[in-house]
Amino acid sequence: MASVTYEHVYKKFGDVVAVDDLDIQVADKEFLVLVGPSGCGKTTALRLLAGLEEITSGRILIGDRVVNDVAPKDRDIAMVFQSYALYPHLSVYDNMAFGLKLRKVPRQEIDRRVKEAAEILGIQNLLDRKPRQLSGGQRQRVAVGRAIVREPKVFLFDEPLSNLDAKLRVAMRAEISKLHQRLQTTFIYVTHDQTEAMTMATRIAVINKGKLQQLDTPQNLYDRPGNLFVAGFIGSPAMNFFNGKLVKDGEKLIVDTGDFAVPIPAERAKVYLPHTGKNIVFGIRPENIHDPDFIPPGIHAEKVAARVDVTELMGNEIFVYLVSGQNTFIARVDPRSRFRIGDQVQIALNMDNFHIFDAETEQAIR
Amino acid sequence: MKKTSRLGKYWLYLPLIAMAIFYLIPLYVMLVTGFKSFAEVDLKTMWNLPSGIHFDNYIEAYSKLAPSLWNSFAMVIPAALLSSALGSLNGFILAKWKFRGADAIFPFILFGMFIPYQSILIPLVQFMNAVGIKGLPGLALAHIIYGIPITTLTFRNYYASLPQELLEAAKIDGADMLKIYRYILLPLSAPSFVVVLIWQFTSAWNDFLFAVVLTGNKQWPITVALNNMAGSQIIAWNVQMAGSLLAALPPLLIYIFLGRYFLRGLLAGSLKG
Repeated sequence: MASVTYEHVYKKFGDVVAVDDLDIQVADKEFLVLVGPSGCGKTTALRLLAGLEEITSGRILIGDRVVNDVAPKDRDIAMVFQSYALYPHLSVYDNMAFGLKLRKVPRQEIDRRVKEAAEILGIQNLLDRKPRQLSGGQRQRVAVGRAIVREPKVFLFDEPLSNLDAKLRVAMRAEISKLHQRLQTTFIYVTHDQTEAMTMATRIAVINKGKLQQLDTPQNLYDRPGNLFVAGFIGSPAMNFFNGKLVKDGEKLIVDTGDFAVPIPAERAKVYLPHTGKNIVFGIRPENIHDPDFIPPGIHAEKVAARVDVTELMGNEIFVYLVSGQNTFIARVDPRSRFRIGDQVQIALNMDNFHIFDAETEQAIR
Repeated sequence: MKKTSRLGKYWLYLPLIAMAIFYLIPLYVMLVTGFKSFAEVDLKTMWNLPSGIHFDNYIEAYSKLAPSLWNSFAMVIPAALLSSALGSLNGFILAKWKFRGADAIFPFILFGMFIPYQSILIPLVQFMNAVGIKGLPGLALAHIIYGIPITTLTFRNYYASLPQELLEAAKIDGADMLKIYRYILLPLSAPSFVVVLIWQFTSAWNDFLFAVVLTGNKQWPITVALNNMAGSQIIAWNVQMAGSLLAALPPLLIYIFLGRYFLRGLLAGSLKG
């Protein structure tokens, strides 16, 4: 059990900066997810912590110990790889026991730990099999088991679910969350899948182009994204963005996108007043755009003309693809809605729940 | 559609069978001559089958060749084993534990494959004399060193196909370089070892040139002894052919019994965990 600290960590491969001034403090027993598009440096960040890559500058601490020059095996970590990396010639039992044998753990103790881990993961009946005789999900469990038996201070996961089919992925997601509850250990988990991040993390670090974009709880990331990248990355379907300008019309502050103009409710206008005249990006999530017939009571709804392009019925909701002038956007509306393709509609934006970003700096204006 | 493709297959097989027969003709002559008596051996009757199955020629050939047959084994086995072991270690380092310049050194090692035996004969003999390694051990050493490029190439390519994550997992599990080799790579190397051992066994066994310059009378391996068995005036072709078969038998048997592993090993790069 230990905290993990990245202190101004850089990693360069030649001229390419893979990790750019990463500064994160992970508390003991936390489940931190590093998320970002592929090639953003999140896996490199994890490999730096594991000791599989050397840090160019900065410091990484596990607990109070600086581990920059500590060999991977002495960092007291265990890692689950994307490809599982099971030893193909060893049985499941020996795969899990390998690390303990190298550490000269007494035989009975190895046996106890392997059996205990196998029980937690429900693979007791597979201990004599070879990896090639296992399904993807079973291999995944063995890879996790190999990490558990080591009883490390920190667990590292590198996209462990991305090779599984969709159904199994959902099941394993819940199991890894349960495992975290049970082991009460620090987990650091890398994924490109924002759903995995949202469902499992105590905190999420969103990374793009090697830089930390925002580090916060899943709910805060969703509700208060700090910049345009985070706003677009977290949430599915993604947040809608409109380029526009903040203009003043008498007492009212208005977002003018060129295709439509919506007033900002008076109680929120104060924040944006100093930015009047600026080029901004107006962001609103699909679930905050409503069918005019089913507007929830008590919200500031502003109607905007749009044409229905495509509708996708999901059962419990409908995704409506809309076109308004130059802009296309998605609404997630009530399943009772009767939109038809080609309809001209007055769609309702919930102006209690929108985001405004500086078009130049891409930072949220709050 | 199906019919034409089958017809096409026959057209493919026909020349293949013809070529195989052509290739096997000398083997046929060797086999039948080995069973003939001295009187039967004649250019006119060389295609004929022997009058009966006589093993006398084999007994005579074996009695003449036995010491050199064992010389061959004594030289070939350590040569094959050691050059394979060295190739495996080289391959491991060059594929998975790259040091600065590893990718530059690898082609230099490969370059060794293309040096003709003849061009280094004199320096080779001088070197062996200088270091005082003579006879069979010297011959074995020459084959070990000459084998390193091809064994290194085989192992390096095989190891390069193994996922890096396997080694990283072992590293985190607590294995250092030697333990990774011993506990992870070596147990996975069987396919490559079969390929390389067969290859090295065969090439060292069949070598004549190094053997003839590096060994003396008592230490001749079988290839040299076979050549020298033929007298200067009369050649007992029946005994000579029986001896040839004896000389060819060990590599042949190895290939027959390990052949499928040989093929599997050559294809081992495509193996997935």
